[in-house]
Amino acid sequence: MIFLNAFLIGGTICLLGQILLDNTKLTPGHITSIFTILGAFLAFLGIYPKLIEWSGAGATMMISNFGNLLYQGAYEGFHEMGILGLTSGLLTKCSSAIVSATVFAFLFALIFKPKD
Amino acid sequence: MDKDKYQKLVKENTPKENKTNKAFKAFIGGGLLAFTGQIIISILEQSFGMTINDCYIWLCIITIFISSFLTALGFFDNYVTKWGCGLLIPTTGFAHSITSSALDAKKDGLVTGLGATFFKLAGSVLLYGIISGFFFAILGVIIYG
Repeated sequence: MIFLNAFLIGGTICLLGQILLDNTKLTPGHITSIFTILGAFLAFLGIYPKLIEWSGAGATMMISNFGNLLYQGAYEGFHEMGILGLTSGLLTKCSSAIVSATVFAFLFALIFKPKD
Repeated sequence: MDKDKYQKLVKENTPKENKTNKAFKAFIGGGLLAFTGQIIISILEQSFGMTINDCYIWLCIITIFISSFLTALGFFDNYVTKWGCGLLIPTTGFAHSITSSALDAKKDGLVTGLGATFFKLAGSVLLYGIISGFFFAILGVIIYG
């Protein structure tokens, strides 16, 4: 059942993005930024963790999960370390995404040549 | 030929981009990607005995690796033109934007080219993600305690 939910939620998020992209003058950069902010907002409302529980990869694979992880990291950091935790905890949860994207992009950029 | 007639002719011959078709493709693309991701998660969870949070991190790394690799080989742009937001909204789009700007800037040198423009496209995601995460977390601490 979670497979179907993943398909539906993943599809719906991408569908919303495509509708925004086609009917407004926003670029893909705008769309991904909007979805990141939306993810943080939904995490603030407590909706995003439920969405992940319900649809698994459908919600975790999207860029909106980035906003969710940043919010969760800062919020839990505050409860562990107080005010200092807001800043030191912010990046903890999505660190692996940023680091792996940076490492792979750097290595592939060194190895491969751009195609035009 | 007068101007109105010409405009009419241009309008008739411009290919119409079918928005419904594009939206449908984005839905199917994003859905299939999430479906595949869910299969990978259940394999990781059952065969390797990982906790669900570790599975999500591994899935994230795997998708980033694959999309970075396909971007470097030059295939990914074709997929994006076909599936649209189905590939841009998932984590694949994030990895794609970093890798493509890194590849394009390589010719300008390692520091002034690659280093300076590395986060050119993904920078806005990082910036607005951190800003919104930080302030929503402050708001959350104030409201929920």
